[in-house]
Amino acid sequence: MTAASTSRLPVFDVAVIGGGLVGSAVAYGLRGSVGTIAVLDEGDIALRASRGNFGLVWLQSKGYGMGAYSRWTLNSTRLWPKLAAGLLQETGIDVALEQKGGLTPLMGDYEIEARLAWVNTLMSQPGVEPYEWKFLDHHQAASLVPGLGPDVTGAIWTPHDGIVNPLKLLRAFHTAFSTSGVEYLPHHGITDIVQQPGGDFVLTTPNGTVRARKIVLAGGLRNGDLGRMVGIDLPMAPQRGQILVLERTRRLLDTPMVTLRQNDEGSWLVGDSQEEAGYAEQVTTLPILATLADRAVRTLPALRDVRAVRAWSALRVRAKDGFPVYEQSATHPGAFIVTCHSGVTLAATHAMHLAPMIAAGELPPELATFSTRRFHVQTH
Amino acid sequence: MFRRIDAAVLQATDRKVRVTVDGTALECREGDSVAAALFAAGVLACRDTAVSGAARGPYCMMGICYDCLVRIDGRPNQQACMARVRDGMTVERQHGAREVAA
Repeated sequence: MTAASTSRLPVFDVAVIGGGLVGSAVAYGLRGSVGTIAVLDEGDIALRASRGNFGLVWLQSKGYGMGAYSRWTLNSTRLWPKLAAGLLQETGIDVALEQKGGLTPLMGDYEIEARLAWVNTLMSQPGVEPYEWKFLDHHQAASLVPGLGPDVTGAIWTPHDGIVNPLKLLRAFHTAFSTSGVEYLPHHGITDIVQQPGGDFVLTTPNGTVRARKIVLAGGLRNGDLGRMVGIDLPMAPQRGQILVLERTRRLLDTPMVTLRQNDEGSWLVGDSQEEAGYAEQVTTLPILATLADRAVRTLPALRDVRAVRAWSALRVRAKDGFPVYEQSATHPGAFIVTCHSGVTLAATHAMHLAPMIAAGELPPELATFSTRRFHVQTH
Repeated sequence: MFRRIDAAVLQATDRKVRVTVDGTALECREGDSVAAALFAAGVLACRDTAVSGAARGPYCMMGICYDCLVRIDGRPNQQACMARVRDGMTVERQHGAREVAA
């Protein structure tokens, strides 16, 4: 698209900056309540967590240190069936949601004791809505996971955890855009944001300017830079994750684990490495992959004969403390920022809960916990 | 710049190797990959895909595309282009996704 043609576009009611899972979920949910929507995206070469993630719809590991995040996540897991059904009906794409419960496998007494203490602390925090969870011994866990390795001596289980196919999810959102008039603008990375006296925003991109009455910053790891353009100081701390992919097999694993899942089409994903590696996402490293593979084989020894076919690394989108950020700019009213690590899990609440708040022009007090004010506490 | 591939002429005189493909005896040449032997015997499709069950056969012939998966001596999902034929080898069509014994 040329600069001239973009600049001829009308003033949109809302421009969402970022076409990954977070921006897409918000744009998808805005459609019911605002007239015209644009989604501005970068090109194929971008730090795109939406194409590198593990695809869990996951509750049990969320909210240690911020109880409200656990409750927010629980709410999204409850809304997920409705999101999946809506996408299927509208686009014909089945995003392969399965919410049959999930496990955190634990190996040895040390891991069990440490995790039980962690979960008990998490559940006792203010703001956490209590939910069902259980510690399972090896035999109880093995009843959910046929062939579970003897090294897995226990596991934490909740009925709320599950999986989805994240690539199909992204495709379903974009398919919905193309049939419902959402203007998707690739190669429109933002270089400048100016709010005019009347309140409209002018977004400068290499392919022309885009104007909108409201904007949503959902630019993943670029949200630190984007936030500065509208007076929001958001410290980002990317975290690299590496994933090992095993060949497709017949379905074996119906209960996903935080480190091991089988996709709807049969592939296996082995993951959950966490490294501080700056913005280096174009490398995988043998020690990490070997550790992932070793743990997967100890978890499910039958995988010893299943071949690894791919590996990749991607950067988790994380604010400095790992919790989501939702805020309307105080200096640029009408500019909202949305940042989180769990664009898959939170997709349902972003579409059905957050988007209507943005459309209404105000985030309610229940979201104040998630503002960047927590990073800027006055200490004297 | 261009030369005849003498190696191919020479290989025609190589020792014969006998394998079975889905129960049918097939005579191949020593040094053939399983995929080359299948092509030479007119077998174009050697598997059915894991997701849709569509028929597929060798494509890249260099270990990248995974379209030539077959069962070799009972082992599933072997790349036919990366395996050399051996006397007595059993090659079978790969029907869909392989199984994993739990």
